[in-house]
Amino acid sequence: MAGEVKATILTARIRKERRGAGASSFILDVSIEASPGITILFGPSGAGKSTLLDSVAGLARPDEGRIVAGSDVLFDSARGIDVPAPKRRTAYVFQTLALFPHLSAEENVSYGLMDLREEERQERAEAILRAFRVEKLRKQRPAEISGGEKQRIALARSLVTEPGVLLLDEPLTGLDAELKAAIVDDLRAWNAAKGIPILYVTHSREEVDALGERVIALDNGRVVSAGAPMDVLDAPRRKKLAQAAGFENILSATVLDLRGADGVMRVRLGESACEIEVPLGYAAAGNRVQVAVRAGDILLATERPHGLSARNVMDGRIISLEQRGTTVIARVDCEVIFVVHVTPGAVRALELTAGRRVWLVLKTHSCHLVE
Amino acid sequence: MEALWLSMKLAAWVAAILLVIGMPVAYWLAYSNWRGKFLLESLVALPLVLPPTVLGFYALVAMGPRGPLGKLWIALFGHGLAFTFSGLILASVLYSFPFAVQPLVASFEGVDRRLLDASAVLGAGSSRTFCRVILPLSLPGVVTAAVLSFAHTLGEFGVVLMVGGNLAGVTRTVSIDIYDRVQSLEYGEANRMALVLLAISFSVLCVVYAVNRRVWTPWPAK
Repeated sequence: MAGEVKATILTARIRKERRGAGASSFILDVSIEASPGITILFGPSGAGKSTLLDSVAGLARPDEGRIVAGSDVLFDSARGIDVPAPKRRTAYVFQTLALFPHLSAEENVSYGLMDLREEERQERAEAILRAFRVEKLRKQRPAEISGGEKQRIALARSLVTEPGVLLLDEPLTGLDAELKAAIVDDLRAWNAAKGIPILYVTHSREEVDALGERVIALDNGRVVSAGAPMDVLDAPRRKKLAQAAGFENILSATVLDLRGADGVMRVRLGESACEIEVPLGYAAAGNRVQVAVRAGDILLATERPHGLSARNVMDGRIISLEQRGTTVIARVDCEVIFVVHVTPGAVRALELTAGRRVWLVLKTHSCHLVE
Repeated sequence: MEALWLSMKLAAWVAAILLVIGMPVAYWLAYSNWRGKFLLESLVALPLVLPPTVLGFYALVAMGPRGPLGKLWIALFGHGLAFTFSGLILASVLYSFPFAVQPLVASFEGVDRRLLDASAVLGAGSSRTFCRVILPLSLPGVVTAAVLSFAHTLGEFGVVLMVGGNLAGVTRTVSIDIYDRVQSLEYGEANRMALVLLAISFSVLCVVYAVNRRVWTPWPAK
């Protein structure tokens, strides 16, 4: 609906049930708010991110809820409002981009401008192709255009209609970091003048760090946390989110005792004798909990360390070392297996080899309890 | 040669009519979520398994002066429908229906759903989405539907015999003509006509298979 007042804030309260046999049924039940600028929707696949975007765009119909963009009510189950997708003024860039294969880049871009006069249509299509630096590909069909440029054209196509909301479903997957950053810069430059809310779906931690704005974390159809990327992703509260956020070690543990005064509790890892101290959580002695630790947060020593503030020192043996890029992934057996990231330089300096005895050092606050 | 010309005319009419009425039916079959969709699917496919004489029989009864179609036709045009060229077209449309609808459904279903979503989000209603996205991307299916219904009508025999009879210049199509000539032992004539029909059928199938391999399309192959 084309309103007089520009859409500036998007609020969506959505409940949608997808029925299916057994485990395939799924309930999306979220309430989110997005102000102008980029809001990242982060979560493992199957968390409901795409269903959420589809609901905002009008491609999926929530069982109940209310979706408002600025002053436009797009959906309100209580009042029986359901604005059809073509009238919502939402722009949507799909994961597959969905460029029309039989139309040239320019025809793709001007597809949404059908109500305008021919000259104006051409003018606006050309202007936006220039803004996204793909004006040279005007006459090409999508099959003749490279990945990154296709993504730029898809963005241009969705933005040329002056939408009130922009939805991006992993629009930059498969691009290298530099290209991603360049496209995001162009997007930011475009939005500086427009000031519309942008919902940006990703499951890549890297992208969240690069975009560095407000994050809403979804898991299994619920919002599990929202805030700055550091707050949301560095202290994940759910196992799947922790995995998605790059916590390589997720260990089950049993609570031994709580030390309220110190703000910590002792847990035993798995069935081993290995005991560590983790931050105090909502648990009682005897409860089973999950502890998530980043592989990069673990220190590795070849002698038993002394005089450390870190409370957790465990000894074990290296099972394997595997170099991946500039990181060496060490698997260490301390009765439970830890994955530890070290640099190739450290491997050389410490003469690390499989079978070598080592000590792992773990700060209490590097251990996160997850559900 | 009169019979061949008549067959061609009939087949062209039928193919044209089927494209027009086949599209909305195929569109509905491809995109409807109705649970009872299989009913219409079965109905559309019925002429594939039904003996042409059965279809022709019911068509004849419906078109007769006391049948509902026949009555309607007499009220509208002042003459009956059975044993006329129009009647023949009507019966042939029914008979070739699946040959037009099924390729259309298959090609509509083959269009990526996200393209339809993209079109909707860009402000296009369903008719614009159909004309600008679905139809151009289903072009091979449209060609196949037209060619198959043309060829199938060209070769039909049982339905024509039941509904049209054998009136020279009105309902005597090429397949009936061949049958007639064999009956009267004119093997040479029959062979000439049969060869022509064989050649036409073969070239038509060549077109269909060539199109379905996407030997030509207006956009480069994926």
